[in-house]
Amino acid sequence: MLLQTRDLSCMRNDRMLFEDLEFRLDAGQMLVVEGPNGCGKTSLLRILTGLRLADGGEVLWRGAPIDRLAGDYFEQVNYVGHHDGVKHELSCLENLRLARAMGVPSSLDLDDVLEQVNLYIYGETQAGSLSAGQKRRLALARLLATEAALWILDEPFTSLDKASMALFAGVFERHLQQRGAIVMTSHHDISLPAQAVQRLQLGLTS
Amino acid sequence: MSQRLSLTQAFVFLLRRDLLLALRNRAEYAMPLLFFVLVITMFPLALGASPELLARIAPGIIWVAALLAAMLSLDSIFRSDFDDGSLEQILLSAHPVAMLVLAKVCAHWLVTGLPLLLVAPLLAEMLGMPSEAQPTLLLTILVGTPVLSLIGAIGVALTVGLRKGGIILSLLVLPLYVPVLIFAASATENAATGFDPSAQIYMLMAFLLFSISLSPWATAAALRMSVS
Repeated sequence: MLLQTRDLSCMRNDRMLFEDLEFRLDAGQMLVVEGPNGCGKTSLLRILTGLRLADGGEVLWRGAPIDRLAGDYFEQVNYVGHHDGVKHELSCLENLRLARAMGVPSSLDLDDVLEQVNLYIYGETQAGSLSAGQKRRLALARLLATEAALWILDEPFTSLDKASMALFAGVFERHLQQRGAIVMTSHHDISLPAQAVQRLQLGLTS
Repeated sequence: MSQRLSLTQAFVFLLRRDLLLALRNRAEYAMPLLFFVLVITMFPLALGASPELLARIAPGIIWVAALLAAMLSLDSIFRSDFDDGSLEQILLSAHPVAMLVLAKVCAHWLVTGLPLLLVAPLLAEMLGMPSEAQPTLLLTILVGTPVLSLIGAIGVALTVGLRKGGIILSLLVLPLYVPVLIFAASATENAATGFDPSAQIYMLMAFLLFSISLSPWATAAALRMSVS
């Protein structure tokens, strides 16, 4: 088992978003977190990355609490949040090189990474002049440029067109086949083998 | 290839990335330097033609202007990274965040502190500061401005998540800047009047060592609070 939570709870503005949340995620599985706006999906994801502290309970990575693992956990996690984390003044290649310097580089060539997300011709283009969807693709290209077992994705398909969504659904499927794991929120349906997907519904209480 | 970079490589990489960003945002980073020069050139105009007075207050003027210029530039250490989500990526890096923070602060000093050091001799000459005091002035700027960047980084890290953090930032940081101001101006003053400035210089060096060893950790912790 890769990721597990125990009695996880989270509060915001004195309101309990979720309580006693428990799930287990194995290698090769995807967890889709669902629920209406403001139900704590993003908060849950940020707790799982370690960016935010849980108000109760703990997150375990291969059986050890993530706050004790720190860097050893971070190098195995790739997070794409609401913000793309793309520097507008840097070119696409420079952005990916930075991502590699911060994490564990994958064996793929960066040109191949850009090729895979259909940004090859924009390698030397400053990211600021890309469209919103292209920036999103560049943010998601970090997943390919670095090597991490766990991908945590907050609405990865925002501003992507249908073709790009299908493209990344394929990327996700390959990651699961390579014994990786994914936690994501999404309002879009993607087609993945049903046995690999767990669904977690937030916001049913209160 | 599937090997993470050594800490030194990551440090140098982030430093170079910030310098590159500064180069591509030249206008924004020129502001503090311009402010420094403008404030100092205004003093002779306002105080009239009295060379003795100007020479006497020159160390104070230059240091107050340097301090305010440093404050003006602080927000840029983490602001854009916070806004576009790069900061989250840095905090989630496999490397110790304190070292990455130190790389960013170094880059910030190279871009905002070092230029002050380069124009200071010119301005000191303009204000008629005695030439025997000028090496001391430069030494205090060389040792003092990194302290301003390091302390300021803690303040910015604490306030970067607030929508209007500017006022709180100055209230937080200014009191901590005062010791640097006092010792730096007094060292230069001593040198100008023929006394030995080394006690004050040693004090400044102690500040620098102290802040270099503590500020990155405090800043990293504050950043974690700001993004959560």
